Amino acid sequence: MTTGPHHKVSQGTSRVWLIGGIVVAAIVAAPILAIAWIAMFPSENIWPHLISTVLPRQIANTAMLMLGNGIGVLVIGVTAAWLVTTCRFPGRPIFEWALLLPLAVPAYIVAFVYTDIFEFAGLVQTSLRALFGWQSAKDYWFPDIRTLGGAMFVMSSVLYPYVYLLARATFQEQSVCMLEASRVLGRGPWRTFFTVALPLARPAIVVGLALALMETLADFGTVDFFAVNTLTVGVFNVWLNMGNAGGAAQISLVTLAFVLALLALERVGRRGQRFHHTSTRYRPMPPFELRGLRAAGAITVCALPIIAGFIVPALVLSRHAIVHFEESWTPAFFGFARNSILLATCAAAGAVALAIFLAYGRRIAGHTVFGALSRVAMLGYAVPGAVLAIGVIIPLARFDNAVDLLARDVFGVSTGLLLSGTVFAVIFAYIVRFLAVALGAVEASLTKIRPTMDMAARTLGSGPGETLRRVHLPLVRSSVLAAATIVFVDSMKELPATLILRPFNFDTLATHVFQFASDELLEQSALAALTIVIAGVVPVILLSRAIRSAHPAGRAPSFYSEPLPAQAGVGD
Amino acid sequence: MKPVVKKTALASIVVAGIAVATAMAAEEASLNVGEVNVYSYRQPFLVQPLFEAFTAQSGIKVNVLFAKTGLVERLKQEGANSPADLIFTVDVGRLSEAYAAALTQPVVSPALAAAIPDIYREPDGHWYGLTRRARIIYASRDRIAPNEAPKTYEELADPKWRGRICTRSGNHVYQVGLTAAMVAHYGEARTEAWLKGIKQNLARKPQGNDRAQVKAIKEGECDIALGNHYYYVLMQQNKEQAAWAKAVYPVFPTIGGSGTHVNISGMALTKASPNQENAVKLMEFLAGPMAQQMYAEQNYEYPILDGVPETSALKAMGPMISDSLPLADISRHRSAAIKLVDKVGYND
Repeated sequence: MTTGPHHKVSQGTSRVWLIGGIVVAAIVAAPILAIAWIAMFPSENIWPHLISTVLPRQIANTAMLMLGNGIGVLVIGVTAAWLVTTCRFPGRPIFEWALLLPLAVPAYIVAFVYTDIFEFAGLVQTSLRALFGWQSAKDYWFPDIRTLGGAMFVMSSVLYPYVYLLARATFQEQSVCMLEASRVLGRGPWRTFFTVALPLARPAIVVGLALALMETLADFGTVDFFAVNTLTVGVFNVWLNMGNAGGAAQISLVTLAFVLALLALERVGRRGQRFHHTSTRYRPMPPFELRGLRAAGAITVCALPIIAGFIVPALVLSRHAIVHFEESWTPAFFGFARNSILLATCAAAGAVALAIFLAYGRRIAGHTVFGALSRVAMLGYAVPGAVLAIGVIIPLARFDNAVDLLARDVFGVSTGLLLSGTVFAVIFAYIVRFLAVALGAVEASLTKIRPTMDMAARTLGSGPGETLRRVHLPLVRSSVLAAATIVFVDSMKELPATLILRPFNFDTLATHVFQFASDELLEQSALAALTIVIAGVVPVILLSRAIRSAHPAGRAPSFYSEPLPAQAGVGD
Repeated sequence: MKPVVKKTALASIVVAGIAVATAMAAEEASLNVGEVNVYSYRQPFLVQPLFEAFTAQSGIKVNVLFAKTGLVERLKQEGANSPADLIFTVDVGRLSEAYAAALTQPVVSPALAAAIPDIYREPDGHWYGLTRRARIIYASRDRIAPNEAPKTYEELADPKWRGRICTRSGNHVYQVGLTAAMVAHYGEARTEAWLKGIKQNLARKPQGNDRAQVKAIKEGECDIALGNHYYYVLMQQNKEQAAWAKAVYPVFPTIGGSGTHVNISGMALTKASPNQENAVKLMEFLAGPMAQQMYAEQNYEYPILDGVPETSALKAMGPMISDSLPLADISRHRSAAIKLVDKVGYND
């Protein structure tokens, strides 16, 4: 992402935006800061024990998992995006949207499904044994699904859409001019891809990669299920088994340091580079027509991730849902679905509104404090939901108790807990957790708008607010919608924070699934799990259609980057 | 000019927030009359029938919040204004954690004292056990003759079981509970050797839940597994899992020459409890004969109250004599237990 110069406005207006932005950013960053605060009060120093026992392995496993998932999502996401944007082959229009479907499937459900299929007692190995007459595990070799490799497989197959989405939008925007120049200079399609298209798409791909890796760090359900001992498992061990929340918070902070280090490394790597277009002419690229074996290869490459990340899990869930329909159907089901959709909608609206406010505030009012606070707020995406929930409770409960104390002192009445234990707490947690997605999208999109646009609008007499409304919002509208969709889908799937923060007698689809899953009866909640998937599929398809009509030459939307006619963009 | 769009957006969020908060406040107001609020680590579908029976008898409504983690922290942060009256847990660890964090208060109730044996409650009444869940051995019906099956937990470390044992993760509360009991009986050094021995006997890396261990025996991956006793009955009643249960038989091993290691599901009254009277009523109801029998019939746990008729399913599993060490003493060694699990690399 390139950062533009600040489009300075009058001191007074600027100060209002700056203060407002800092307050908002501070509120959103509060849960993360609260985790840092708990980290200062461990019940005992956990590190000597950890370093001498499990920590080296946990760090190694975490690093391997991030590496494996990183490579997995990059290879799948970038390849698929390149194929569907630049090539023509049978089925391409379907793959274009179907490649997004795994986004709607929670990783813990995919983990469950694949264990069911691939474990020793699963369908595949049972059939193999029956076929070849093997008696026990000693008679043959079969890869164990409950391993690091299994976790990489499962997580890559649901996380790649982040990279796919961003890479595709960027490839779509790349004008033929640069790629043609490359071809004229004698480079073949492969070399053009590796030496021109890929490096140009790097900023967008890195955003997608960062999101996927942050999800990887935050995941507990999958690694727990696959018995992979990662740092996140360590966090929960120290917290729940050793009763040392402070020590657990310290480990959490270490994992966040991982994220910051990666992001910083990437920034250093592309210092001084520019990614905007150099020509104002845009012409779409003529597609590569693929035939025969090449077409078959492209189809395979695009179909496999969809089969792995969506079709197989959806089929297995459907089977369970049908078999157990009578046990699982309850009239309360509509209530759960309504709660899920309500919470997810509020979270999507809230996250996007805050993202616009923060990104635009930073654009017009400078970015030192602002930038730092919004970076901290974005870290919510890399924190396990249950840990973040504790981070959310702390500031909310402090606030509530302070208000209560004040009210008692002044009016002699108790206000009790105003925010803690309400759906507001849950929505707030979602916003904090998923702000990274929304902010990334809006910021990237805003930086593509030439500063001269701001200047023109301001010269014509619009204040910053009106400029935002009349110039920027229409231009970033589609990115905003895309961001809202992803926050919505992610919120529908969110489980651990919802469990801890929700009010009494309140269930969402995810919590309903969990009460059975946690009693080792996931089959009975397959219906609810399937509903989560379906509720996610609908917006994902809508999003995909929006991207499909996107074209830099047209006025249509694209994700994470606003399709202005190619232009001299903002520089570093 | 003003940022109208953003203002509108923010305003609608604020309005939505206020509406939601008001709705919640209204609900909260209604919570205060004839109600009791429970933070539960137990799945609602397991406790709901009991609460319904209680409401039918007393007219007091029970509100439940279920979560698997974090309820103790939530309680701690909410402080004096917390709406929670009771904490329900599925193991003794969370109870002692809440007690240690000074979030509970003692309940002095003759009814509870009469119903619940000393070893299943905190001496001052800060927490009480409600049901017992035995950690038992499942042995393969085909491959292990009843007289060869291990009769003690200690025997699981015997090299003759090399490559034949399955367990879930050593970090799981049920395994930690058993390991803590070993520490309570034998001290850390011997427990470490024991854990190492079991680790060497494992047929596969610890993984899956209790039912999955039995499934692994059925599939021939291992011959011996550890699991909670009630899964035996629950599996028998599940159409897919009945075959797993058929492949094994339950053994009630002893620990330190005493009895079978049991954990408890239990309850504690919170320090901030706003509906104390109702909460104590619910506690007494749950320790009473009717609720105790419901527990036994629904989830096949062992009642804590003496004299509740044993269900036929439990009777069929054989007699259960539980370890006589007080659970409060065992629970103290949980942290030591988890460190030993780390130290021997049990889960690697």
